[in-house]
Amino acid sequence: MTVPVITLLTILLCSGILISGLLAVTLNNLLSAVISAGLASLFASVVYVVLAAPDVAMTEASIGSGLTTMIFLYAIRKTRGED
Amino acid sequence: MIKRLFILMMLAVMAVIFLNLAGNYRENTELSRLGHYYAENGPQELGAPNLVTAVVVTYRGLDTLGEVTVLFISAAGVGLLLRRTRRKQDDEDLEQGDRAEETAGVHKPASEIVETATELLLPMVILFGIYVFLNGHLSPGGGFQGGAIIASGTMFLLLALPESHISRLMIAVIESLSGFSYVVVGVLGVLLAGGFLDNRIIDPGTYGALFSAGAIPLIYVFVGLKVGFELSAVLDRFRKEDTGPL
Repeated sequence: MTVPVITLLTILLCSGILISGLLAVTLNNLLSAVISAGLASLFASVVYVVLAAPDVAMTEASIGSGLTTMIFLYAIRKTRGED
Repeated sequence: MIKRLFILMMLAVMAVIFLNLAGNYRENTELSRLGHYYAENGPQELGAPNLVTAVVVTYRGLDTLGEVTVLFISAAGVGLLLRRTRRKQDDEDLEQGDRAEETAGVHKPASEIVETATELLLPMVILFGIYVFLNGHLSPGGGFQGGAIIASGTMFLLLALPESHISRLMIAVIESLSGFSYVVVGVLGVLLAGGFLDNRIIDPGTYGALFSAGAIPLIYVFVGLKVGFELSAVLDRFRKEDTGPL
């Protein structure tokens, strides 16, 4: 039985989403948690491209991993010390 | 104890729901009736090669207007909340001037690499955003995506030059004007064509040309500008708040 490359790639990327999502929840360092959440979005956007939804992928890449991460970083800086 | 029990119960319920979904999943081999209609008649009716755009802007145009409104409300909410806290902080500033001086070095200047890269990339990022929403009816992407890319450009700018000033007035004027024009184009659709946000108020032109597909490019320019400037305003507000003592 041969598995198509696309399926393998999707599974790999999806496990990437899962791992970075778990890291985002479990990491104690807020900065690393935010970066892993952004990473999850980045993996998700690549999955969207692989699954032929480039429109969604664009939004996910720029808003999910770019702007959201940035806003979280600003928020962390603002509330620093209170965890 | 009760809290933990509740969490476990919630997890069990979620597991049952998702197992059901996963177990009954079957890949669709053909389009639903609505999807079939869109795929069949979309290109001829609206003249847009990118069918996603045709559906998002015209057939489901009202939903898009709703999304734009949601974004507008959240941006307005961010503005309202952060403005209120800033005023309070201004008062604290007066009392705690010494502390403010102590933490004045919050805005470290960006590194040489980031600054130079931003100077090189910023025009291209903004140009790419404009390209994405102008070509929304031809290639993947559209108003939201283009606007988000423009906002990423603003993000670059704020990263590289933390002290740079963005005119709130300009943002407000462009945002409100484009939002208003978007609704005006929609209402024109009712008056001149088949219904709200109908794109056939302008001649569709040649299929696949840059200026074709009726009002879709026009609508996407407005949506793109609105989304881009709104997200930039949100970023700017979060940044400006930072100048207070931490």
